[in-house]
Amino acid sequence: MKITVTVNDQVYIRDAAPSKNLLHFLREDVGLTGTKEGCGAGECGACTVIMDGKSVNACLVLAPEADGAVIRTVEGEAVMGELSDVQQKFMEHHAVQCGFCTPGMLMSIRDLLQRTPKPSEHQIKEAIEGNFCRCTGYQQIIEAVLDVTGQLTKDNKGELRHV
Amino acid sequence: MFDQIDRKDLKCVGHDVPRIDAIEKLTGEASYVSDMILPGMLHAQVKRSPHARARIVRIDTTKAAALPGVRSIVTGDELDYRVGLYVVDKYVLAKGEVRHYGEAVAAVAADTLTIAKEAVKLIEVEYEVLPAVLHPLDAINVDDPTTPKEGVPLVHPKLGEYDFVRAAFTPQPGTNVANYTKFRKGDIDKGFEEAEWIVERQYSNPSVQHVPMETHVAIVQWQAGDKITIWTSAQSPYAVRNLFCHSFKIPHKNVRVVIPYIGGGFGGKAGIGIEPLVACLSHKAGGRPVKLQASREEEFSLLPCRSALTYRIKTGVKKDGKIIAQKMTMYWDSGAYADYAVNVTRASGYSCTGPYEIPNAWVDAYTIYTNKPYGTAYRGFGHVEFSWGLERQMDLVAQTIGMDPLEFRRLNCLKPGSKTLTGEVITEHTGNVLKCLEEAARAIKYGTLTPEEEARQKTTGMRIGKSVAGLQKAPAMPPFTGSAVTLKMNEDGTVTANLSLTDMGQGTYTSVAQMIAERMHMPVSKVKIAFECDTDRDPYDWQTVASKGLLIAGNAAILATEDLLHKAYEMAGQILRAMPVDLDHDAEGVFVRHHTAKRVNFSEMSVGYAYPDGNGIGGPLVGVGRYIAQGLSHLDKATGQGNPALDWTYGAHGIVVEVNDQTGEYNVIQVSSVFDVGRAINPAEVRGQGIGGMIQGLGTACCEGYIYDKDGRLLNPNFTDNKIFTAMDIPEIIDSAVVETAQLDGPFGARGVGEHSMIGVCAALGNAIQQATGAELVHMPIRFEDVWRGINNKQPIDHWITKSPMGSCRSLPPEK
Repeated sequence: MKITVTVNDQVYIRDAAPSKNLLHFLREDVGLTGTKEGCGAGECGACTVIMDGKSVNACLVLAPEADGAVIRTVEGEAVMGELSDVQQKFMEHHAVQCGFCTPGMLMSIRDLLQRTPKPSEHQIKEAIEGNFCRCTGYQQIIEAVLDVTGQLTKDNKGELRHV
Repeated sequence: MFDQIDRKDLKCVGHDVPRIDAIEKLTGEASYVSDMILPGMLHAQVKRSPHARARIVRIDTTKAAALPGVRSIVTGDELDYRVGLYVVDKYVLAKGEVRHYGEAVAAVAADTLTIAKEAVKLIEVEYEVLPAVLHPLDAINVDDPTTPKEGVPLVHPKLGEYDFVRAAFTPQPGTNVANYTKFRKGDIDKGFEEAEWIVERQYSNPSVQHVPMETHVAIVQWQAGDKITIWTSAQSPYAVRNLFCHSFKIPHKNVRVVIPYIGGGFGGKAGIGIEPLVACLSHKAGGRPVKLQASREEEFSLLPCRSALTYRIKTGVKKDGKIIAQKMTMYWDSGAYADYAVNVTRASGYSCTGPYEIPNAWVDAYTIYTNKPYGTAYRGFGHVEFSWGLERQMDLVAQTIGMDPLEFRRLNCLKPGSKTLTGEVITEHTGNVLKCLEEAARAIKYGTLTPEEEARQKTTGMRIGKSVAGLQKAPAMPPFTGSAVTLKMNEDGTVTANLSLTDMGQGTYTSVAQMIAERMHMPVSKVKIAFECDTDRDPYDWQTVASKGLLIAGNAAILATEDLLHKAYEMAGQILRAMPVDLDHDAEGVFVRHHTAKRVNFSEMSVGYAYPDGNGIGGPLVGVGRYIAQGLSHLDKATGQGNPALDWTYGAHGIVVEVNDQTGEYNVIQVSSVFDVGRAINPAEVRGQGIGGMIQGLGTACCEGYIYDKDGRLLNPNFTDNKIFTAMDIPEIIDSAVVETAQLDGPFGARGVGEHSMIGVCAALGNAIQQATGAELVHMPIRFEDVWRGINNKQPIDHWITKSPMGSCRSLPPEK
């Protein structure tokens, strides 16, 4: 069936099987592979995208459900190669290791920040609870978000201590 | 090398340089194998066994083959290739018999994934279900595991015919023992005679899953003339190539292994996995590239896990607190194949006295085949598992003699002059575990409750406990492990390094770039590390495992830089009419030290220097660095004596926990980690490794583990039934510190720390819970119900092989 989506301000019209999920539609039909598949069952959050203003697990949305939707993916974060504020802080705070959860993590944080411009540490944790990261232990991601929202202080700025 | 330079004199090393791969990962542009599509590529799916052990009576692929779009089907009958790292015991596809739930019995490649999935459903397999052996202690004669046990099925009846690495391993044909390693130090009988107290316990932990966010995935193209290209999400390109060529008897030059960005490994991608099977599908499909990506469920059972471990520790101690003797027997559950488990057994064996000096020690370590998914390397390589029992034991012994557990550790920990289990003498350069223990204790305010903590106890009704555990690990690797790095000068004076150590997220490439930049006197921005590894182009590295990459490849990178500089100085000497000894360099080029205006830029020499008249000299600037571990040896098979350790990274974890002593529920309030890393090349990355491992360690400590039904079916191959830590689960306070006792043969004094952060977390938690409540815990993970049972003096439950999916759990086999 014919499906029309707007992804990162670009319109895509594609034929896809009605049983195809949005994740595979984005990766295979639209050609944006930044969004990752970690479990295919809505458990790990690697495939998080923003659809009509809300974060969703793209593996749990059927492509036909997204017909007419406005979608934002990780590829929409940087503009002309210029990192977004969140990306920049992720880089500064070493909030990336293997990078496989990063696209979904960024989308959950983008969703959080558009709802809650100055989230508490607890709200940040809640917002990314559904995004598994096996590498970082989450702490440097949380610090990046605190920094991007101007809340990083001497007390909560994480640093390696030399003894 | 360069180990004694003061931190303030370093410009790149020792600084929080951003990761060199951050931008492409943040924008989604980094291409992982799971993102790759090749022209003409087919998609594969696997037919898996629903039984733990069964004879394959018949496989009928007729219907599947008739499905339009199916391009190749392979079954075990037609493949005669065996694969194995240390014991060559695994067929590419099960042949005649399946040995574990989830094992591949057939595979299909088709035009689309949907067709491949449909085709797999159409493959008919008839099994004759056979009795399975699931618990390692059921699989062996516990009195003497090297002798057969009546009535127990053999997982590998032909064990005696398999090829294996003789220098390191000792399989026991006719039994289920894939390897027996032993260590003998001092006089164990005399030691126990002299002991005034003896403490003995049995500990255990189940299998766990690595959970790389990117599951195993490979694309293989087997072209005419046996020219094979393998694109794979794996940690070790040369290991994949070597093992592949060994199995298929194909010249190494014909096989090219390419590894781009890797979505996590943690040891699960250390060796060879699905690549041989995918190759067979491509071969049969006439050389079309075939892609197979494991589903998350397959990641749990088709692919390997961390071995379960059951072990006994008996410790003899003097009244003054000195450990005088310790006997440890470890039963490692290898699952159906030996893979890395035999080496986990060996490496954890030589380490299992922990960071303590034990004058009389005896260790028997067995790797035991069972009919379960097989065990492999996992961050910590056995140390996470045995340190649980060992560090619990240290607390229990201290309690028994009425000594503070930290004081007990201070007294017994390794110090300069101490001898390890294998006879290695510790020096002041080896690292300082005492300092790590002291700092972890200081950070958690060990031994007291602060007024805030007192108040918190009153408010919550929970009891706060604190504890510190020590840890240590050396790389588990062949004594002659080596690596090579090449460094090319680019036309603009930037440099590009090639190596086949991979960066799966641990950040070694950034550290290597910092070390090259430091020696080149350049900013890191002028150094590129080529990210995609390719065995056709990049020089050799053994494997990306064991926390040895920074030291070995780091040294090779420094030597490549020195080699390039040596050639640049030679050329510059001619151009500037100066002796190379009087030259120096900066980021731009080489100059005469006493006439600094006399200089020639790297960019002018990069492809060879050209005089104004067109005459050329020198040739393109390329540096080659080779490094190999030195002075290490195989271990004596009778006593385990020898020198296996490249470097020992010591550390300690301090934990503060609050426990509800009515229900057993607990929260980890604080974790403080301290490691003696020699030199933190990139402090922010060291912290990232420290915290990442600590949280992964807490997952292992609190909730992760494979659960099987009584027939050996895995019951929880997903994230709903096998929880891993989320952001909501992490402790309130996470603190990370380093000690820097320079490693003399480490690059800028550095040691590896990738795995260590995961070790000892579990025991520190168990000890803190006991300190808060008195609950004696012997099984890891520590679920709330385990704490409740401990508080109420109920028998601990082991766990992980249930009588039914819904029913109660089974206890350990009775002790003899």
